[in-house]
Amino acid sequence: MNNWSYSAQRKLIMVAFLAVPLALLCMFTYYPAVRLLVQSFTDWDGISASSEWLGLDNYKEVFTNPALFGVFLHQIPYVVIGVIQNIVAILFAVILNSKIRGRNAFRVMLFLPFIMNAVAVAFMFQYVFDTTNGSLNALLGFLGLESLQQSWLGNTSIVNYSLASIGFWRFMGYNMVIYLGALQSIPNDMYEAAKIDGSNRFQTLWYLTLPNLTKIIQLNMFLTLSGALSVFDLPFVLTKGGPAGASETFLMKTIETAFQFNNFGLASAMSVVLLAFTVIILAVQNAVLNRKGD
Amino acid sequence: MQTKKQTGHWDPVNGLKYVFLAIATFAVLFPPYVVFVNAFKAENEGGDSPFALPRSFLNFDNFANVMDRANIVQAFSNTFLIVAASLIGNVILGTMVAYVLGRIEFRGESVVLGAFLLATIIPTITTQVVVFSLIQSMGMYNSLLAPILLFIGADVIQIYIYLQFIRNIPYELDESGMIDGASLFRIYRSILFPLLGPATATLVILKTINIYNELYIPFLYMPKQELVVVSTSIMRFAGNNQAQWGNICAAILIIMIPTTLLYLFLQKYIFSGVMNGAVKG
Repeated sequence: MNNWSYSAQRKLIMVAFLAVPLALLCMFTYYPAVRLLVQSFTDWDGISASSEWLGLDNYKEVFTNPALFGVFLHQIPYVVIGVIQNIVAILFAVILNSKIRGRNAFRVMLFLPFIMNAVAVAFMFQYVFDTTNGSLNALLGFLGLESLQQSWLGNTSIVNYSLASIGFWRFMGYNMVIYLGALQSIPNDMYEAAKIDGSNRFQTLWYLTLPNLTKIIQLNMFLTLSGALSVFDLPFVLTKGGPAGASETFLMKTIETAFQFNNFGLASAMSVVLLAFTVIILAVQNAVLNRKGD
Repeated sequence: MQTKKQTGHWDPVNGLKYVFLAIATFAVLFPPYVVFVNAFKAENEGGDSPFALPRSFLNFDNFANVMDRANIVQAFSNTFLIVAASLIGNVILGTMVAYVLGRIEFRGESVVLGAFLLATIIPTITTQVVVFSLIQSMGMYNSLLAPILLFIGADVIQIYIYLQFIRNIPYELDESGMIDGASLFRIYRSILFPLLGPATATLVILKTINIYNELYIPFLYMPKQELVVVSTSIMRFAGNNQAQWGNICAAILIIMIPTTLLYLFLQKYIFSGVMNGAVKG
């Protein structure tokens, strides 16, 4: 290769280096996406060589069958808890960005849940939430709050909040570290200037810190929203969608429709709907971020 | 941010900060604490309060039980193979793409970059409905190759980190290589690849944690008993041993230890990865 001119080498390297990554990208991302779209108009059962064209029937089913589209209601608690999680994350980022003793130790500790194995965390919380032996009910009893004791994963009206709070426990520290990174990129001079101008710390927080975080807050909010759309692991491991289907999510339904009921056509339509929602959220996010940028 | 007043008087806001931190510390550490103490409890201690200390910290029965029945050793070795193979693939392909996008100008560059970035927003699990039949037709169902190929092929976050990094490496280094007559491949391999070391370290750690935590891909593609990985082993074990908390806690503990240690020793790389990935993400 040494005898080749650099411009020839460039062409060769470009082709050689991109061939495999692009092939993988097409095979596992774009081909499935296109195939998903095509399949969503058919009644394919996952096995047969042929399938019938159904037009928009699958989509009609997705949007009109409350057993399918209605499960999105179960995912609202994940949005609510996700918003609270971001507020708390900002609070702790601000606290740990100030001069405080042991701040590195606190940062390490608050981030710790994020790196723990997700399945292990799920079972850990199964124990926390267990009705008879669980440590949460035991703690409430210890504090004299017996009236709050609950069947945390067995009560249809709170099961999704319980599950979402596990997500809170896992991801708050992660969000906090992101906010902390953004806070540290605010130049110190700005704080000096604010101080000289006689701004108190709440004014500093409100007029200086938060405006500088706007972009990253929006980013995290959209991540929270798209995360809430595609909740899967926690209910899949802990409740299997129960009790009485109260914690089923749209993605669980999709997977179940495909792999248990062999209705790949309908499952594809559901995947397409979920993807479309994700793309809409992203498009709105870009529009909002770009408008702010002008 | 200097919010602490220099006067030396007791500052109520500062006090409040410590109150919040104390609550957070309790909330973070309480569940692992309960798991820890119960992993050492014998079955007849089950009636004790869940936060009571075990009668002896030398009671390893639960751990022995888990080692025996949950295929832990096999799970760890399968997980290790998957992590190692996926990481080698990720590092090689990631640096190659970053080299082309960062160093060679060509028409369609932004299309290629856009194609990689757009892929990151598609939740992997939604396309499994199609990918599953693809993997099956390639004859990789129930083999370690399925998750390896999916972790290499479907996940392209690493390109962000590498691209950011390579753009900060001065082009003069490439030029000095060219003056010495080195081929571009040599410049990539001997100059840029080593300089991307810190990015590689960050990536290796973050990906290790991701793959170690992944549940659904091994669950879907490797139902065979011998192909158990860490995530699926605890899922099966807990399913077969409902409410035997001592055993389940021991299993949780065994599984949490490796990444926790990795984290405590290598936090610097993890934090820099999370911060960089997020700000540019």
